[in-house]
Amino acid sequence: MIKQDFMEIINSQTVAVVIKQYPIADDFLANYRLSSISKDLIFPQALDEVEDEMLEEFGLDRAEILQNLCVFLETFSQTEIALNSVLSITINGGVNKLMEPENISLTISAGEIISIVGPTGSGKSRLLNDIECLAQRDTPTKRQIMVNGAELDDLQRFEMDGKLVAQLSQNMNFVMDLTAREFLEMHAKSRLTPNVNEVVEKCFQCANELAGEQFSEDTKVTQLSGGQSRALMIADTAYMSESPIVLIDEIENAGIDRRQAVLLLAKKDKIIFVSTHDPLLALSANKRIVIKNGGIYKIIETSVVEKQSLDGIEKFDNVLLKLRNTLRQGGLITEELIKI
Amino acid sequence: MKLITVAGPPSSGKTAVVLKLIECLDMPKGSIGVVKFDCLTSFDNISYEEAGIPVQMGFSGKICPDHYFVSNVEDAVQWGMRSGFEMLITESAGLCNRCSPYIKGILSICVIDNLSGVNTPRKIGPMLKFADIVVVTKGDIVSQAEREVFAFNIKQVNTSAKIIFVNGITGQGSFMLAKYLQQALDVHTLRDMKLRFTTPSSVCSYCTGETTIGEAYQMGMMKKMEFTEI
Repeated sequence: MIKQDFMEIINSQTVAVVIKQYPIADDFLANYRLSSISKDLIFPQALDEVEDEMLEEFGLDRAEILQNLCVFLETFSQTEIALNSVLSITINGGVNKLMEPENISLTISAGEIISIVGPTGSGKSRLLNDIECLAQRDTPTKRQIMVNGAELDDLQRFEMDGKLVAQLSQNMNFVMDLTAREFLEMHAKSRLTPNVNEVVEKCFQCANELAGEQFSEDTKVTQLSGGQSRALMIADTAYMSESPIVLIDEIENAGIDRRQAVLLLAKKDKIIFVSTHDPLLALSANKRIVIKNGGIYKIIETSVVEKQSLDGIEKFDNVLLKLRNTLRQGGLITEELIKI
Repeated sequence: MKLITVAGPPSSGKTAVVLKLIECLDMPKGSIGVVKFDCLTSFDNISYEEAGIPVQMGFSGKICPDHYFVSNVEDAVQWGMRSGFEMLITESAGLCNRCSPYIKGILSICVIDNLSGVNTPRKIGPMLKFADIVVVTKGDIVSQAEREVFAFNIKQVNTSAKIIFVNGITGQGSFMLAKYLQQALDVHTLRDMKLRFTTPSSVCSYCTGETTIGEAYQMGMMKKMEFTEI
């Protein structure tokens, strides 16, 4: 559907019919303070009833309003093909801070989890930045990021419009004063999701599975605990975010099942980078990138021994969890509790 | 000389974004200048001076900031030319949402922040609607969902804008913004060029110093609010 098609529709159908077919048209009217126009007329007639002075405030005449509406409908009926088709990304090494070559090439496919480890200030953020802007040997690290095995020109990089990468970090908060359900509905609406209820339901259920403590859908998002917030953000990213790549920055000790959380994102065919020092998370990844002196120092494939040790680590982790819960409920820590 | 106009609500992070942007552009010291248009006072000159960036300040005071911008921007360009800059960035704080200090053909950037509320983009008007690039700041402290809804609401108002998320503290995202600036137009003068949108019109008694309330004191162009009786 292009602009001309929409022009034909708004010139032949009543406002009510157009809104029914394209609910987003309601938003357009609200943006121009036109919500109260007659819905049983066709658009040009309905606009005739509006005072010139009000339209002038927006710097538009009637014909321009109609033109803008058509562009608006066209914009929001486009499907995002570019993003759905990210099947792999490849990191071609550049140089570290000492200008030594990295000599690596790493291809990561959808559904893979990669952890990034290294001391604070070692250059983890530089790698994440390179991925976000799809560096083409033009950033200080001289790295190149390819999508589906191909280089990208500037036009293609701009096309992504900041939608390539979803981010999740410990510092993130909800700032909207909405309930969990309203929050998810709002996000679903912005994605033009057709089956809002179903997706919201799934998302909410999943967030509760990940969170240690249950919460209801009437809970204000600003009142959720750290763990519940993180769980809701992860479930929301998995089910609703359009971004094919997810960058997770330090979500340890958040009071959620973080291994499940990362696996959930992987199951949704996302490419996942976890910047972490948490052994449970780091070893859940297929590979880990070690950063040193601002560069990729080496890439380690998670070994069989390491994978097997995950069970043991999980036991450690559960002991700590039990200690935390005991403290929370006013219990006493006994020697029995710290036995593995 | 390339000219870029940056606008945005107060405290949205304009100066932080411009500073990170200049850092990213990696041009010789002294080849980029900034003119800051503000209303009453500003401390941003200190940030620019610390970074070794030539800066001029202008305060609109009792004049509408948009009117002040348009009557001084050509002088700003001439100052930039005399100073031998390769690039001049004007930064103006929009006080009313009606502000839109953009010129046809000149690359325009609107800076708004994620903390201002998800519906804010739909309320800002010309400042957002007529920008080529919309930079969103403070995205690192809100959820991914809120960032996405925010971007969606920007698209509603400005369907053709490029949206770039920039972290004003770490500079994340400013690299892509710097890439866009390559498209900025080279100018010697702005004479005969046009604003993208009219400035707010208001010539009334209050513009000229009247302070007393009451119909008898209201003269000139007025707009009265309509109240519905209950």
